[in-house]
Amino acid sequence: MALRHAERVVPPSGPSAWLTTLTSAAMAFLAVFALALALASGRLADRWTEGLANSATIRISAPADQMDRQTQAVLDLLATTPGVASARAMTDEEQRKLLEPWFGPDLPLDTLPIPRLIEVTQDAAGYDGEGLRLRLAAEAPGAILDDHTRWRVPLAVAAGRLRILGLVSVVLILGTMAGMITLAANAALATNAQVIRVLRLVGARDAFIARAFVRRFTLRALSGAAMGTALGMLAVAALPSADAAGGFLTGLGFQGAGWLLPLVLPPLAAVVAFVTTRNAAFGKLREMM
Amino acid sequence: MIAFDNVAYSYGGAELLSEVSLQLAPGSFHFLTGPSGSGKSTFLKLCYAELRPTAGQISIFDRDVRSLGRDDIARTRRRIGIVHQDCQFLDHLPLAANVALPLTVAERDTPVQDLSDLLAWVGLAHLADALPPSLSGGERQRAALARAVIIAPDVILADEPTGNVDWEMSLRLLSLLVELNRMGKTILVATHDLTLIRTVKQQVAARVLRIRNRRIQLAGADL
Ligand SMILES: Nc1ncnc2c1ncn2[C@@H]1O[C@H](COP(=O)(O)OP(=O)(O)OP(=O)(O)O)[C@@H](O)[C@H]1O
Ligand SMILES: [Mg+2]
Repeated sequence: MALRHAERVVPPSGPSAWLTTLTSAAMAFLAVFALALALASGRLADRWTEGLANSATIRISAPADQMDRQTQAVLDLLATTPGVASARAMTDEEQRKLLEPWFGPDLPLDTLPIPRLIEVTQDAAGYDGEGLRLRLAAEAPGAILDDHTRWRVPLAVAAGRLRILGLVSVVLILGTMAGMITLAANAALATNAQVIRVLRLVGARDAFIARAFVRRFTLRALSGAAMGTALGMLAVAALPSADAAGGFLTGLGFQGAGWLLPLVLPPLAAVVAFVTTRNAAFGKLREMM
Repeated sequence: MIAFDNVAYSYGGAELLSEVSLQLAPGSFHFLTGPSGSGKSTFLKLCYAELRPTAGQISIFDRDVRSLGRDDIARTRRRIGIVHQDCQFLDHLPLAANVALPLTVAERDTPVQDLSDLLAWVGLAHLADALPPSLSGGERQRAALARAVIIAPDVILADEPTGNVDWEMSLRLLSLLVELNRMGKTILVATHDLTLIRTVKQQVAARVLRIRNRRIQLAGADL
């Protein structure tokens, strides 16, 4: 006879209830992708900055008869260059591996004028790039220093920006959700103005009335966000795997413990709904009378 | 219980009520009468702190209305049973839950026996599960009265409790209020039905307040 749950004093509000759940689901779905983007670009930025510091390549293009001589000259030169930790000419086998993705496995390496690659590792102090270039030009005219820094720095910066963009997106999505829940809660409060008047008349405190709304909206946001997160995670898991797609997309997804991160979204959505509905309710109640 | 000291009220324009000084003593029975639009409902709203006086002072249970916060007002309303003129209910809840609403919002349990006794007392036991929109005017007013008394308030304020019912039902409703008054409750009934007042005055020592020219006076034998 009596009411078991205080929230039943407010009538269920039909379509607007579904809208809250649906919005939360959609927002959580998007947030999963934003999160995946942030994590992936974070990893990318780290990898590129890491690789930046200590590697460079020297490419020697020379007629076949001069190749070995120039290679030796470069290696000798590097051995006496301060800041170079080690230098090593790549074997034919290694070069074939590097080129395979572009030209296929049956590359006739011996018959093609393929440049020889020398891998240079710096030590902590680093070498003087300009000085090295000048000396190479004098000793081995076919050698070109390919300092990875040149193309890696902008990429690392871009990846870092992308990570920030991903995080900003997550924040914006949560903010949008807060805004939409506030609107929905205000609409529900306005629709139920009559109910609220009756409740006030029989001695209900604001906290009691607010609770009826807050409980509803929190549960809706929680369930909606849980659904959205689950779908988002499935969608991310279903992205083409790393090896198949290659390039940047390899990274988009979660790795290891990263899979736990999106699980934060539903409780976060619930907290957002709780706080915004509570604020909306107390504000509206005070302005009602 | 409720005391007015030189109170005035206006909805923004001219004063509707002026220089009102009176007291509702514990255990007293008052009628409030006056033409339609004279401010009876307004006076009751001042009594349960829905409105605040524009001048003067009102104290409810010895506390100045102006000093009451929103939660204080809620707590005060749990000691005042209100029968509203238009008997508003929560239309999605059955009658029994509506009658029990004051206990629900005060987060107290509803003793099932008390609730069914009360419904029987107002003759609505058979409608416990009905939804308010399906009730007749008289049934709504009896339900409103049951809701007003379920929390055992000290004061009962009834605004035109017999507005929608026939003569016989009016007398029955009033006799319920008389019964409550005998149990020690302070009662104030706003009505424009003078015949009803005369009839009830034969059963209980009721005083009659009359609104005339914005003032509230005690009516004498001329009623
Ligand atoms: N919220 C309001 N804002 C402005 N004016 C109001 C408001 N409520 C009531 N009034 C005006 O105040 C006057 C008194 O209203 P009130 O409801 O107190 O009259 P009443 O004596 O209860 O009348 P009735 O017997 O018809 O119920 C009326 O002229 C009404 O139009
Ligand atoms: Mg009235």
